[in-house]
Amino acid sequence: MSESLISARGLTKKFGDFTAVDGIDFDVAKGESFGLLGPNGAGKSTTMRIIAATSRRTSGTISILGRDPEEHGPQVRAHLGVVPQQDNLDTELTVTENLYIYGRYFGLSKKFVNKKVEELLAFAQLEEKKDVKVEALSGGMKRRLTIARALVSEPDILMLDEPTTGLDPQARHILWDRLFRLKEDGVTLIITTHFMDEAEQLCDRLVVMDKGKIMAEGSPAELIKKYATREVLEVRFGSDRNKEVAPILREMCERIEELPDRILLYVEDGELLLEAIAAKKLHPNTSLVRRSSLEDVFLRLTGRSLIE
Amino acid sequence: MRSAVEIADARADKPGHQIYAGRARAIIERASIALRSSTWVPIATGFIEPVLYLLAFGYGMGALIGDISTSAGAVDYTVFIAPGLLATSAMNGAIYDSTWNVFFKLNESKLYQGMLATPLGPLDVALGEIIWALFRGLSYSIAFMLITAPLGLVPSWSALLAIPAAVLIAFGFASFGMAITSYFKTYQQMGLINIVLLPMFLFSGSLYPISVYPDWLEFTIKLLPTWHGIELIRDIWFGVIDFSSFSHLSYFLVMIVLGLFFTTRRLRDLFMR
Repeated sequence: MSESLISARGLTKKFGDFTAVDGIDFDVAKGESFGLLGPNGAGKSTTMRIIAATSRRTSGTISILGRDPEEHGPQVRAHLGVVPQQDNLDTELTVTENLYIYGRYFGLSKKFVNKKVEELLAFAQLEEKKDVKVEALSGGMKRRLTIARALVSEPDILMLDEPTTGLDPQARHILWDRLFRLKEDGVTLIITTHFMDEAEQLCDRLVVMDKGKIMAEGSPAELIKKYATREVLEVRFGSDRNKEVAPILREMCERIEELPDRILLYVEDGELLLEAIAAKKLHPNTSLVRRSSLEDVFLRLTGRSLIE
Repeated sequence: MRSAVEIADARADKPGHQIYAGRARAIIERASIALRSSTWVPIATGFIEPVLYLLAFGYGMGALIGDISTSAGAVDYTVFIAPGLLATSAMNGAIYDSTWNVFFKLNESKLYQGMLATPLGPLDVALGEIIWALFRGLSYSIAFMLITAPLGLVPSWSALLAIPAAVLIAFGFASFGMAITSYFKTYQQMGLINIVLLPMFLFSGSLYPISVYPDWLEFTIKLLPTWHGIELIRDIWFGVIDFSSFSHLSYFLVMIVLGLFFTTRRLRDLFMR
């Protein structure tokens, strides 16, 4: 592994009796795209805020480019671009003014910022909207502007908290495309998400978090290989019969998950299993063969779905 | 060209670098950009209010009242209330920006959260916003002076010193106003500010000397910042500077320091837990 930009050991954050982050260890390498995957309340955003030097840890250690954020908050924040979960754009200002003034918060010169703003308007595909107040922008545009704003200081690390939550599929794809471009330019990305497809698309490596703990770590492909099979067969027999047939199906696959509305069967070859089931005269109402995803990994690790 | 990191590194050895990046001016720059596109109606009403009091009380009631005796001798009633209303102008201006506007930025637009994700510290935000609020107090008091001077209500050139004094008063109110606002969570709590301010203005000697009160009430009024502000401006207006003028000055210095301290601490607690 190349030079480590971020390194956390036994990182813990408590709010009163509640432990939001429970002794986690992780490292992020330069140029890497690192993901924190988990359901709401897993401790992802809290971890992000500790990295961003806007929250104080309860115990453990963390270093960002060799610095402790509690001792060197402003210096750490100068290295980061932060895209929070909820947009906090300046609603009193236009698109251009939002980018400009954010650069000024970092102490950058007017000349530098003005040049940078032009570049970022093009990157965020907002040139036509540059003199519009931010309230008039669509959700996807606001998100792109928030990302562009985070880039005004040319950060080494870009932190994205749930970057596409609440966006329609088209807006998501535009945003992913922009983030790919940043990745190609060598920007280190740290992304939290509860969307497995987003994690699979964007992350080189990720940790699966649940209840403040890290459950597993690896690339999306490694995690799927380790915690799931190549394919999944989803069958529905109707809520009454599901219980009845489950014991029979259990004998026919590597692993079975009984969900309220359907049964997931983990195997190498889904079609083959479906034929075998048909041969036993068990005819499901519906069936679907698909590749395993991080959703299946999460289900295996926690016994729960990602989105509840 | 210095990068964001170099700028932050250059400051890292200075005491207090965690709470102050030395860039309150960036916050002021932001406010001046926002002003360009804001509506002028609330700004104008904040200024007009004391002028209306001057007209209604000075020229209306004043005709019935006649002269008022002060430490500078007997003066016409309209001349008596003019400095009190100038102080009120400065307070109004300062409070407009430091309470409702701050409440919106804290709770609705989450603006400070975005600012504090940069190398800026809570004192940059507090100081920048408070200095901006006192600009409004300053412009209100200059405008008030421009209206009262042609009417013959300004007794001497030295009364111009009331302008810097008004800035100090505005600073005190803006600082305290932002501190209090930062602890408020709901619109109902914000409503309390208006409920407290109006009686504070009416009963603090702006329209009549507080010597008309029983002792206990006079003593209570003398604890309030409105009374100190009105008295300070009145002392300067009539050229009677004495020990009590300095006690008014120190009152506002303490108010400024306390307000800045609590605002900074609250912003840190809210956004850097």
